Amino acid sequence: MHSESDTSPRILAFCCMYCAYAAADAAGSLRLSYSPSVEIVLVPCSGRVSILDILRALEHGADGVLVAGCEEGSCHFSTGNFRAKKRVEYVCKLLEEIGIEPERVQMHHVSASQGVRFREIVQKVTDEISRLGVINWNKKY
Amino acid sequence: MVVAERKPIKEILAMMADYKKILLVGCKGCVTVCCAGGTKEVGILASALRIAKKKEGKPFEVIEKTLERQCDPEYIEQVAPIVEGEGVEAILSMACSVGPQYLAKRYNVPVYPALNTTFIGGSLEHGVWAEFCQACGNCIIHYFGGICPIARCSKSLLNGPCGGSAGGKCEVSPEIDCAWHLIYERMKALGKLDELTKIFPIKDWSTSRDGGPRKVVREDMKL
Amino acid sequence: MKAGSRLEKILSSGQFAVTGELGPPRGADVEVIKKKAEHLRGMVDSINVTDNQTSVVRMCSMAVCKLLLEMGLEPNLQMTCRDRNRIAIQSDLLGAYALGIKNVLCLSGDHNKFGDHPQAKNVFDIDSMQLIQTVKQMRDDGKLLSGQECEGVPKFFIGAAVNPFGDPFDFRPVRLAKKVAAGVDFIQTQCIYNMDKFREYMKRVVDMGLAEKCYILAGITPLKSLGMARYMARFVPGLDVPDYYLKRLAGVEKKKQAEEGIKIAVEQIQEIREIEGVAGIHLMAIEWEHKVPEIIKAAGLYPRPEVE
Repeated sequence: MHSESDTSPRILAFCCMYCAYAAADAAGSLRLSYSPSVEIVLVPCSGRVSILDILRALEHGADGVLVAGCEEGSCHFSTGNFRAKKRVEYVCKLLEEIGIEPERVQMHHVSASQGVRFREIVQKVTDEISRLGVINWNKKY
Repeated sequence: MVVAERKPIKEILAMMADYKKILLVGCKGCVTVCCAGGTKEVGILASALRIAKKKEGKPFEVIEKTLERQCDPEYIEQVAPIVEGEGVEAILSMACSVGPQYLAKRYNVPVYPALNTTFIGGSLEHGVWAEFCQACGNCIIHYFGGICPIARCSKSLLNGPCGGSAGGKCEVSPEIDCAWHLIYERMKALGKLDELTKIFPIKDWSTSRDGGPRKVVREDMKL
Repeated sequence: MKAGSRLEKILSSGQFAVTGELGPPRGADVEVIKKKAEHLRGMVDSINVTDNQTSVVRMCSMAVCKLLLEMGLEPNLQMTCRDRNRIAIQSDLLGAYALGIKNVLCLSGDHNKFGDHPQAKNVFDIDSMQLIQTVKQMRDDGKLLSGQECEGVPKFFIGAAVNPFGDPFDFRPVRLAKKVAAGVDFIQTQCIYNMDKFREYMKRVVDMGLAEKCYILAGITPLKSLGMARYMARFVPGLDVPDYYLKRLAGVEKKKQAEEGIKIAVEQIQEIREIEGVAGIHLMAIEWEHKVPEIIKAAGLYPRPEVE
C-alpha cells in the first residue's frame, strides 16, 4: 500500500477473477477511468477473502476495503459470494464495536461484462470512503 | 466438545486497557472446532485489538500463539520462553475457561479469558451449536430415547413434559425444542412408550457440581 | 380422610367442589390480601395461594396461607420446584403443616425466564411428579426423603396441576396417570377454553379409570376483555383459546366485554358440570376476585355446602 503519510484515503479491492476482476478489465478496455486510490487484489473467488484479510488490510494502511464478487446465484463455486457477504457483515460489526466506521468495508456484486457498473461501484465506494477520510488514528505514539 | 464464544471486543479491550504487550494464546482443541479460539480466531482478535489500540493511539503488541491444548500442563509449558523472556505483561487466553486457569497457575502474570465458555454441545449446522450435556456425572439418557432431559429440558424435568409444551416447542422460547416432546416421539418410534409411564425417581445430584468440584482418578494410569 | 381439609371433605362426600385463587401482592401489604380474600369468602371451598406465579416475586405463599387461616378461610398452598431444593421443600412442608395448612398443590413452576428476575439461578432439584411422591411419603410413611422419621407427620391433601391442552396431547392422560400413581388426591387443570378438546381429554381420562382415583377440578379463568383473550391465545404457552370466543368478545362493545366474559365462564361451568369425571371447578379470576360471587351465583354453585 501507499505510505501512511498520504492524505487521500486508500482502498483495497478484492476482486473475484470470474466477475469483478474481468469487469475491471472491461472498464479498462472501455477506457473508463476510476480513482487511482483503489488497488486491486485478484482473488479466485470472493469467498477466498477471510475476515483476517480484511482486518489486516485496515491494520496495514487501507482506509477502506471493497470485496467485489459475483451476482447472487452466479458464483462459480456456488456459495463463495454468500460467504464473503457474511464475513463482510461480521467485520462491519466488529469495526463498529472498536470505533471504526463500518462503511469502510463494503461488499458489492458485479458480473464480468459490466465494465461500466464496475466503475460505478468503485466510484461510489471511493466517494463514501473519501467522505469519511483516512482512518483517524490517534498518532500519540 | 466444550462450546465457547468470544467475549464482546469492548469487554476484552477494557481488560487490556493498561497493557502494551500481551500474549494471546489460542487452543487447538474444542474451541478450534467451534470456531471460537483457534489459530484463525487468534489472528482476528489480535488484529482487531491492534486496530482498536492504534485508533486510541496506544502502543500495543500482541504475540500470537496457538497451543495443541490448554488443558494439559505440558502444552502450557510451551509458552514459557515467550512469557518469561519477552516482557509479556499479561496473557489473554482463547481457550475454554480451563486454559486461562492453567496459564494462571503456571505463570506469574495476570491472565484474562477472551471467551465465555458456554456449554458442552455439538453443531446443528454450519455456524450453529447447541447444548446437549450438563455433566451431571451419571448419564441416564438411555431411559429417554437418547435425549437428555437434564440439559435439554429448560426445567430439567425427569417426568415431563410440563404444561408449557406447545407444538413441539418449549415455553421458554420458540427457538427451543421441547426435549420431552422429542423424547415422546423417539420412544414412540422405538415402540417403548410404556417406559415413559413409569415415574423416574428423584435424581442423586451428588455426582453433579452439587457434590462440590469433581475429580476423575484412573488408578491404573497413575504412577 | 387423609388430611381432613374442608376441600377433601366436600370432594369425598361427592359434592361438586369450587376452589378459588388468590395471587399475593408484590409487597408486604396485608390489606390487599384481606380485601381479595373477602370476595372469596363463602363462595369457594378452598383458596389456592400462588407461589411467585409467572416467576414474579410476591409475598410468600405460606405466609398468605396463614393469613387466610386467621381469617377463617381454607388455603391451598401452591409449592413449586423452581426456587427450592428438596431440603427447602420438605422444610417448608413441615412448617406449613405446623401452621395448619392442609392442602398442598405440587407444581414444577413457571420458568424464571418469564418473571421479573430472569437473571435468577433456578433449582429444579426435583420435579412436580417427584414432589407429589415426596409429600405422599411424608404423609403415608411418616418419613423424609432421607428416610428420617418425621417427628410429627404432616397429613396433606395432595394436589397437582395438569394441562389437557399441552402437547403431545396423546401423552397428557398418561402423565395424569403418572401423577395418580405418584399419589395425587386432587387435580386442578389449566384454564379451559377449548371445550371440545377438554371433553376428549376427559373421555380418555375416564376410560383409563383415572377419574375414580383422583378428584379432577376443571380450571376456569373468566376473560375480562378481548385484549386479555388475545393475550392468552397468543402468548401463554400451552393455552388453547378458540377463535369463536375471540369473535364473541369482539362482537360486543368494549364496555360490555367483561359482562360477556362472565357469561362465557358461567356457560363453561354449566357445560363442565355435565362432563363425566369432573368433580369440581377451580376458578382462577386473575386480579378479578370481586367478580367471583357473581360468577358462582350465576353458575348455581351458591351457597357452598357446610362441612363438619
